[in-house]
Amino acid sequence: MASLGTAPPPDDTEAPKKVKRIPGEEGTWIFIFGDMTVFAVFFSVFLQSRIGDPDGFARDQAELNQNFGAINTALLLVSSLFVVLAMRAVQSTTQRHLAPRLIAAAWLCGAGFLAIKILEYTEKIQHDITPQTSDFFMYYFVLTGLHAFHLVIGLVVLVVLYKLSQKPEMTKNQYSFFEGGACFWHMVDLLWIVLFPLIFLVR
Amino acid sequence: MSVHTVSADRPADLLKSSSTVVWLFLIVATVVSWALGTDHGGIENHTAASLIILAVAFVKIRFIGLYFMELKDAPLVLRAIIEAYCLVVFCVVTGFYLAG
Repeated sequence: MASLGTAPPPDDTEAPKKVKRIPGEEGTWIFIFGDMTVFAVFFSVFLQSRIGDPDGFARDQAELNQNFGAINTALLLVSSLFVVLAMRAVQSTTQRHLAPRLIAAAWLCGAGFLAIKILEYTEKIQHDITPQTSDFFMYYFVLTGLHAFHLVIGLVVLVVLYKLSQKPEMTKNQYSFFEGGACFWHMVDLLWIVLFPLIFLVR
Repeated sequence: MSVHTVSADRPADLLKSSSTVVWLFLIVATVVSWALGTDHGGIENHTAASLIILAVAFVKIRFIGLYFMELKDAPLVLRAIIEAYCLVVFCVVTGFYLAG
């Protein structure tokens, strides 16, 4: 017999099960997964080309500055953390005011990545290394250039997210765009996470 | 309009999530990959070091997909796509690498 005051808690006090939901718009995911698939083809084409001349690829890779690549990876990871925190700030009632500053910090990290990339390209060109130098450097410039192009689009998206995060309240569509934009920025990070080892580290 | 609310009394409370732990892992994994790829990692066999570097990269992108892009709470189809992407692309990339 259950005694008074020791009854088990009613079912509705149990932790609610997380509802499965799509972050952002459905269309955003078609674009993100489509882009990731295109890059997967690029990764494969790069390595397939390496099969024909592994020694040449290794020799050219030794000309790269791995430290630039590692610093850029760290910058993108820090920027991704800022975007995660901005997302949480937007979802918070008390820390919402921090969201614009967190997005701005993410943007600065992204701009830092671009600055280092420009420094890296300048260094290569000063040493007469161009896309015409070899197959390796053709892939190096094309793949890192395409990624940098995505990063520039990401920086524009972050400017829009900055503006949205300044609003006291977002509409459903604006919130979806904010989530989708955050996911796009993470995709820019994700692609670099594969490109960096593939081009700079794998021997 | 946000779908769920984050409880954060102080700014530092925004860091209290599994994403922060994942981020720390990603930073450590980056340092490990850099060390292995630049002869600081203690593995002289380049093939073994490269295979570890590739495996670490795909574990990293899986975590970015699941935690940063929040696909761990997404419908099964989206989660399955990111899991399949990591597995399939890792196998293809590793296959091409080993053939070289």
